[in-house]
Amino acid sequence: MDRMPAWADAVLVPLFSIVLAAILSALVILAIGENPVEAFSLMVDGALMRSAGWGYTLYYTTNFIFTGLAVAVAFHAKMFNIGGEGQAAIGGLGVALICLFIPWPHWSLALIGATLGAAAFGAAWAFIPAYLQAKRGSHIVITTIMFNFIAAAVLNYVLVNLLRPAGAMDPATEIFPQATHLPSFQDMFAGGGSLFRGAPANITFFVAVLACVAVWLLIWRTRLGYEIRAFGHSETATRYAGISTVRITVVAMLISGGLAGLMAINTTMGEAERLVMNATEGAGFIGIAVALMGRSHPFGVFLAALLFGFLYQGGAELALWTDIPRELITVIQALVILFTGALDNMVRMPLESVFGTLRRRRSPKPAPTTPSE
Amino acid sequence: MDFATILQVLDSTVRLATPLLLACLAGLFSERSGVIDIGLEGKMLIAAFASAAFAYYFSQNPVAGIGPIWMGLLMGVLASLAFSGLHGLASITFRGNQLISGVALNFLASGLSVLVAQSWFHEGGRTPSLPDEGRFDGIVLPGALGPADAEAAGRPLSELIAQANPIQQIYSELISGHSILVYVAFLMVPATWWVLFRTRFGLRLRAVGEAPEAVDTAGVSVTALRYGALVIAGVLCGLAGAYLATGLQAGFVREMTAGRGYIALAALIFAKWRPWYALMACLLFGFLQAIALRYQNIDLGAFTVPVQFMDALPYILTVVILAGFVGKAIPPRAGGDPYVKER
Repeated sequence: MDRMPAWADAVLVPLFSIVLAAILSALVILAIGENPVEAFSLMVDGALMRSAGWGYTLYYTTNFIFTGLAVAVAFHAKMFNIGGEGQAAIGGLGVALICLFIPWPHWSLALIGATLGAAAFGAAWAFIPAYLQAKRGSHIVITTIMFNFIAAAVLNYVLVNLLRPAGAMDPATEIFPQATHLPSFQDMFAGGGSLFRGAPANITFFVAVLACVAVWLLIWRTRLGYEIRAFGHSETATRYAGISTVRITVVAMLISGGLAGLMAINTTMGEAERLVMNATEGAGFIGIAVALMGRSHPFGVFLAALLFGFLYQGGAELALWTDIPRELITVIQALVILFTGALDNMVRMPLESVFGTLRRRRSPKPAPTTPSE
Repeated sequence: MDFATILQVLDSTVRLATPLLLACLAGLFSERSGVIDIGLEGKMLIAAFASAAFAYYFSQNPVAGIGPIWMGLLMGVLASLAFSGLHGLASITFRGNQLISGVALNFLASGLSVLVAQSWFHEGGRTPSLPDEGRFDGIVLPGALGPADAEAAGRPLSELIAQANPIQQIYSELISGHSILVYVAFLMVPATWWVLFRTRFGLRLRAVGEAPEAVDTAGVSVTALRYGALVIAGVLCGLAGAYLATGLQAGFVREMTAGRGYIALAALIFAKWRPWYALMACLLFGFLQAIALRYQNIDLGAFTVPVQFMDALPYILTVVILAGFVGKAIPPRAGGDPYVKER
């Protein structure tokens, strides 16, 4: 099989997949009788041309960085964590409990507390599937799907029966205390002006960027990261090397679940300032597309999250100004997952043969040898 | 709880179990051939949309000789088949990741159905309510009480049934009066058993899910067998989706499958990939749904079972089964692996 240079594998394959997804999306828009060029310029206008648009784009980006990193870490251990949605939902419960029941003196301390709470709750929700996979061989994909539904039921029960303020109709907690209010981009950068006005982007964005750096350090600069990657490449080799596969499975999933849980800081503490039903809004699933597109590398995840943040905000603008519903973004997301994840080989095989031809043309023909195979 | 109430709950159990059963058998064919199918949900959803949309279209623009409901059913099955084909392309031809392909198909269905529904009908991502000729009617079995008897007696059917003798009550309420797809679904169980365990195709299908290299060595095409399984799965999911939109309800609404594809997947694991057990599992999960629909919270005296627990129970049971505490669930051995011919 002809091999491609590493840069082509990391850049060209996702790029071609994106182009394919974009072409198909444009065809979908054409098919429902709208103009794809107009739609795209509306999206750019709404998401990138105004500071408030950026404020929304970066808010969504923050969510997708966390869930994308969560899926990426699990991918490095060759596990497919579909449970980001449930882990983020339960992470939200952690954030809510910490914000509601601990009297924080200052938001910075509250942020640290909420970070720990969100990560702990998200990790705890990933623990049972991880343990069952490691010890009893039950498939992590199926168990995490089941845990998404169980998480929704748990959250529904807790919000309706336990945390709902007396007399309130909608299933949500009460508003968090003022001391836990996280500085938004407007608070931080506007200086009383109208920059980022009304946009939900907040300091959690920088936590997400830090998380990217931390995951990069973890995966490529620590012993644990090496063990996770080794496990992902060959389970048997890892076992022969004396690494406990049970430990790696569980630890990798705990980190993954913790990262997914962190997303809840942004939505629950940063934006809504109370825990509402369905606060995750499918971000856990978008993490799959983000991780696939970002090739499970933190920097790639960051760029892919930015793209999806743009798509999400742009899609909201489209739904506002045209007859194209927000579900267009779901279609794009599905196409991205399909091309970068499942139909990967369809993009890769032609590219590999192109590179093979180029290499043969550049280097002189090797001396004919007897075929060894 | 009186006899009539029990019968009504069981009756709605049968109705709610039908889409689960069809999807579960679809998954059974697919996974027995070694192709894991997380996309059951998506196939059902796109079929539900297509069947409702075309049943509505043909009821508004009638074509002589073709019942709108049958056109709807046909288009639903075709839509589901198209998704099956895409799954096959990704996971068989291009040897991609079957799990990721299934996830992608679910999102594609969830987005595309609403997008197209909005563009065609402008009702916020749903189809208009189907008129009677666009829906599947209940079939009154011979000797059972049906709407015709109720009209003749000038009283509501439920009252008429409640006054009949118990056997007639069971027959009229529980067994008679369902749409044709319900009977098809239940007949699919022995049919599936027969195909899998009594035909050459079934033997090969099971073999290709356990040891594709052996099937290949015997000179039988692994690719053709797996595509064949996906075609059957596509048809069954199409029926399931069409039943949701045109039998159980009158039209398509967004996300109307509401996780049924995943419950079917759970039932498949619960049944350990066997047809008769699949029937039992689907009836059990259908029963749980029927209870959750009818009663909000169940008061057991000492404590109350919240409705959320009933909603989550199929998933909890599946995790328990998967954990191997109540008999181990062992999937087909080659499930999830794309087959690469050895050189």
